[in-house]
Amino acid sequence: MEFPTALVLNAIVAGLLLGGFYAAVSVGISISFGMLDVVNIAHPAFIIVGSYIAYIVHEWIGVDPIVVSIAVSPLFFALGMLLYRIYYLCFERRGQESLRGLAFFFGILFITEVVLLLVFGVDYRLVETSYSSTTLRLGVVDFPLRLVVPFVVSMAMVVGLQVFLARTFFGRAVLAVAQDQLALRLMGINPIRVKELAFALSIATAGVAGAFLIVIQPVQPAIGREYIGLVFAVCVLGGMGSIGGTLLGAFVLGLAESFTSTFFGPSWAPAISFGILLAALAFRPSGLLGR
Amino acid sequence: MNTLKIWLWAGLAALSIALIASAEAQQPLKIGFGMSLTGPLAGNGKAALISMQIWAEDVNAKGGLLGRKVELVYYDDQTNPSTVPSIYNKLLDVDKVDLVVSGYGTNVIAPAMPIMMQRNMTFMSLFGLNVNSKFNYDRYFQIMPAGPEPALGWTEGFFNIAMSLSPKPQTVALVGADAEYPALALEGAREQAKRAGLKVVYDKSYPPNTVDFSPIVRAIQATNPDLVFLASYPPDSAGMVRAVNEVGLKTRMFGGGLVGTQFAALRTQLGPLLNGMVNYEAYTPEVAAQFPFLEQFLAKYQERAAKEGVDPLGYYLPPYAYAMMQVLEQAIKATGSLDQGKLADYMHKNEFDTYVGKVRFAKNGEWSIPRMMTVQYHSVSGNDLDQWKKPGRVTVLAPAAYKTGTVMVPYQDSKK
Repeated sequence: MEFPTALVLNAIVAGLLLGGFYAAVSVGISISFGMLDVVNIAHPAFIIVGSYIAYIVHEWIGVDPIVVSIAVSPLFFALGMLLYRIYYLCFERRGQESLRGLAFFFGILFITEVVLLLVFGVDYRLVETSYSSTTLRLGVVDFPLRLVVPFVVSMAMVVGLQVFLARTFFGRAVLAVAQDQLALRLMGINPIRVKELAFALSIATAGVAGAFLIVIQPVQPAIGREYIGLVFAVCVLGGMGSIGGTLLGAFVLGLAESFTSTFFGPSWAPAISFGILLAALAFRPSGLLGR
Repeated sequence: MNTLKIWLWAGLAALSIALIASAEAQQPLKIGFGMSLTGPLAGNGKAALISMQIWAEDVNAKGGLLGRKVELVYYDDQTNPSTVPSIYNKLLDVDKVDLVVSGYGTNVIAPAMPIMMQRNMTFMSLFGLNVNSKFNYDRYFQIMPAGPEPALGWTEGFFNIAMSLSPKPQTVALVGADAEYPALALEGAREQAKRAGLKVVYDKSYPPNTVDFSPIVRAIQATNPDLVFLASYPPDSAGMVRAVNEVGLKTRMFGGGLVGTQFAALRTQLGPLLNGMVNYEAYTPEVAAQFPFLEQFLAKYQERAAKEGVDPLGYYLPPYAYAMMQVLEQAIKATGSLDQGKLADYMHKNEFDTYVGKVRFAKNGEWSIPRMMTVQYHSVSGNDLDQWKKPGRVTVLAPAAYKTGTVMVPYQDSKK
């Protein structure tokens, strides 16, 4: 097996860029599933909704899709709050969140998909931005801007979230609610409010990740389902409740996929990725950076 | 019994027979099928459905078939092979359709075959590659013009043109998605490579939902192939074309078996990224003169497609979906019956006149001669659709009857 330098360097770069994208789609799950214990299996559906909104506004007024998604993230935030309210009132409060809550989110996933189908039809959509076809070359390494721009924004988003959770009062309240809700109540903070806002944050990240998705590849309403396995794998691999872990997990899976595709055969990529997940869980059940 | 009673009973009997007979005659002639109305191939499935609906309307306007109105009974197979058996069982057992045709694509035609064979149904199918090779069913028919050995007929255009280059290419890279159609197309490509004496330097497949294709393209480039043959479906066709342009693939000829570049969505999205690529097409404005009725049909189709938000060009499935129904129509009219055996027999023995030209089937149900066009894209600029509606973006390289020009090589220098 040969490993020419140029190929290895490009595989590393491609893996990291891909990992950055995976981190963006998974960070929301890291919050909702990792910290709040809400099995939001509809997360990919919101990513697709984000893709479509970025697409329409881009077609309509020509603004870059990622800029659009950041601008409409308050809408996703509000949607997340509403969704959590309903979930809490109907399921969590009655202690039925495990099975019925899951069914609720499955329902949301399918309804969202069908609504998108009815409104937009079945054709693939893709956006062509000013940087979609540009590739920077540094020596022997290629940096396609189509992946670099989402990577940069994704890193800003993930690092920003990590700083927010670690340094601000609200952020620490979110970490606290994951550990001990009763103790939080005794401190005079309403844990439900904290969870509501945290969940809303996770849905907002989904909206932004949707813009990354449509810049990178064509989107049609049903592709959300292909990401369910990936986002939970990244979250679990990284360690539940750890944003840093999610980032690390995303990079690990991105690099695994890139190296397998380049040197061994792309068919093996999913097997290797999930194999790594299994191996990591066997040796470190709480995930790479989990508590 | 007195005479009056006898006459009364006879009259009643005659009346009932007449009523039943006329009730039978009013019963619509149902043609059933599953079709991809959602899922990855839905853009094509919906286009095919529109064509079939236009056909049904045309036939009914002329009085129907065998005196009965034609009715299409269909269900969404979601481009998911596992839904197909239950759909066809429902069509045959519950809806009691008179005739069945297939959905679109190898992936959804194959699962229906065991049911067709069990029920001895004549099965006209829409664009499946080499499905009958493992079943050898004598009532299977295929409207895609790949020829009697489909995997070979599908790939011969690309390889024949490649081997006509001077100096002759020595090496080929084969790549495709992990799915039924690409796997079969690559089988054909492997056989072609063997026959041409080409060395296969890369032969791998990728999961269909791969996000980034550049590692794959780099791995291919590392083997320095003279030819790169790709068999893919729309999402990965787009991804691979993008990756090929980003990595700057250097090879003499690239393309061969990409599904997706035949219709509007990918043509407008990829635009100039398509330049220089060799691929297959079912129809292109360059050959309009050879298919005289197609223009009127396409005008009708394009109007409906625009309203339903489906492929506005209609150069891929729609003419063939219409043609497959024309074949059935002519067979039913000629045999005067819906007997599956008689229809299959007639379809094997006769030539049909359709919007896509004369159609004749070989023993295994495929076309008797391959007629898929191999083309090269050029001069595409920008992402607008109108440039594709007239000649000037596509050079037809094969077959000889439709040829409009020669291939430009190498790929990296032909991207204008």
